[in-house]
Amino acid sequence: MALLRCRGLRKEFAGQVVLDRLDLTVDEHRVVALIGASGSGKSTLLRCVNLLEEVDDGTIELDGEDISDPRVDADRVRRRIGMVFQAYNLFPHLSVLDNITLAPRRVHRRARAEAEAQARDLLDRVGLGAKAHAFPDGLSGGQQQRVAIVRALANSPRLMLLDEVTSALDPELVGEVLTMIRDLKADGMTMVLATHEMGFAREVADEVCFLDAGRVVESGPPEQVLGEPTQARTRQFLRRIIEAGRL
Amino acid sequence: MTPREHTPSAAQLRRSAYRRRQSVHSVLIAAFSTAALGTLLVVAVTGAPGWDRVRRSFLDPEIGADALPAVLDGLWLNVRLLVCCAAGALLLGLVIAVLRTLRGPVFFPVRALAAGYTYTFRGLPLIIVLYLLTLGVPGLRLQGMPSVLVLGGLALVLTYGGYLAEVFRAGIESVHPSQLAAARSLGLTYRQTMRHVVLPQAVRRVAPPLLNDVVALQKDVGLVSLAGPIDAVRAAQIATAQSFNYTPYVVAGVLFVLLAIPLIAVTDWVTLRSARRQSGG
Repeated sequence: MALLRCRGLRKEFAGQVVLDRLDLTVDEHRVVALIGASGSGKSTLLRCVNLLEEVDDGTIELDGEDISDPRVDADRVRRRIGMVFQAYNLFPHLSVLDNITLAPRRVHRRARAEAEAQARDLLDRVGLGAKAHAFPDGLSGGQQQRVAIVRALANSPRLMLLDEVTSALDPELVGEVLTMIRDLKADGMTMVLATHEMGFAREVADEVCFLDAGRVVESGPPEQVLGEPTQARTRQFLRRIIEAGRL
Repeated sequence: MTPREHTPSAAQLRRSAYRRRQSVHSVLIAAFSTAALGTLLVVAVTGAPGWDRVRRSFLDPEIGADALPAVLDGLWLNVRLLVCCAAGALLLGLVIAVLRTLRGPVFFPVRALAAGYTYTFRGLPLIIVLYLLTLGVPGLRLQGMPSVLVLGGLALVLTYGGYLAEVFRAGIESVHPSQLAAARSLGLTYRQTMRHVVLPQAVRRVAPPLLNDVVALQKDVGLVSLAGPIDAVRAAQIATAQSFNYTPYVVAGVLFVLLAIPLIAVTDWVTLRSARRQSGG
């Protein structure tokens, strides 16, 4: 069953069309990778799904509910969606533990002890148990991004949106974050990830969508889209990626 | 992992020795130039033709000691007013700043009022606000009118609240939008985002300028004496009028500086602590 269904999405910024009649369907427990050049609309699409941006046309359904309806309580929708950002966006004034337990305690009204136990459990699982009381600035980029993923998971989301989560990381730190996403897939998490890591998209995604000028130009199983693309623009994009040594 | 045993190389030893010589050098130069400048100043002031007269009328120890109790009494009023007014102005400033960030048509009148308030009270001279409240308001002869001291304090709170609101607003606006996006994406409401994510970062960032304004307030609380209550400066003025000597003013000045030192030290400490906490872990 479709967990997320976007139909005919349109988004403009100051007269520039960023999303143009975009359609996307994500079934439960599936991982969809969005690829495409910078400015092709990947991040905007994720931000629209999380209601951080208002769409200018089209509908977004989550679990069959039209969440693009302005009467919908956006805060209630966002509780079901976890989002991870390129620049981590951890709260610098809070410790790792407080970053993770903020939403469970304030949004879900869980007791501090319970929220902290869950946070510690999640941190232990990703090997960051010793960092519970550290502050974000004291962590490496890879550690910060793993904490950001844990923070999103602590809300027990139905859907995870990952916005180029490894783009700001040093190459040797990319692996630890990708491992975590791989584990999430194994646990059956539904994910939409915008990425520049073609090798990873091929490995982890059930479906790859190539975006260009705000539209899904081509989509399908990774072997097909990345291996035998049918569209000229996809081929052109992949050629440039290969020339840059990223595939 | 323990670091391996390290013996500095000959080159490093030469470098360290050079740096040590350099720092001894620097200390000597600093000491010499300070001493030279100090001597020059003392010679210039005490050697001035009118020095004896100035010393008699500004630095008379006997008159200073006589005036001290009255000036200290006045200073106690300054301290009490400062504590109450600083708390009131900080609270008012924070509330006004938050009101100005509210969005949505419902809040238009609140936003407009808050903006109007900061424009008015930052533009209006404190002395005029003081006169209006302490002389004008009692003239209404309403029942249950608070004392002149309370009205004067209110004038200070209203005036400084306007400044502090702008400092708080600058802090709120300095928090990067990505922090708001992260908080909202977790399902926090606008209020929760302000309370737990934006304001803690904003207040920490503007703590030094806020405390700076509190130091300025410390000097302005004395202006309530225009309406009658006797603060340290007014007490010094009275003592001066009795002795025809300006030493009481110097006494009051020294006391004000002594009062400011702990406040300034706290400002520095707060700044340092927040910087260390976020980077050290």
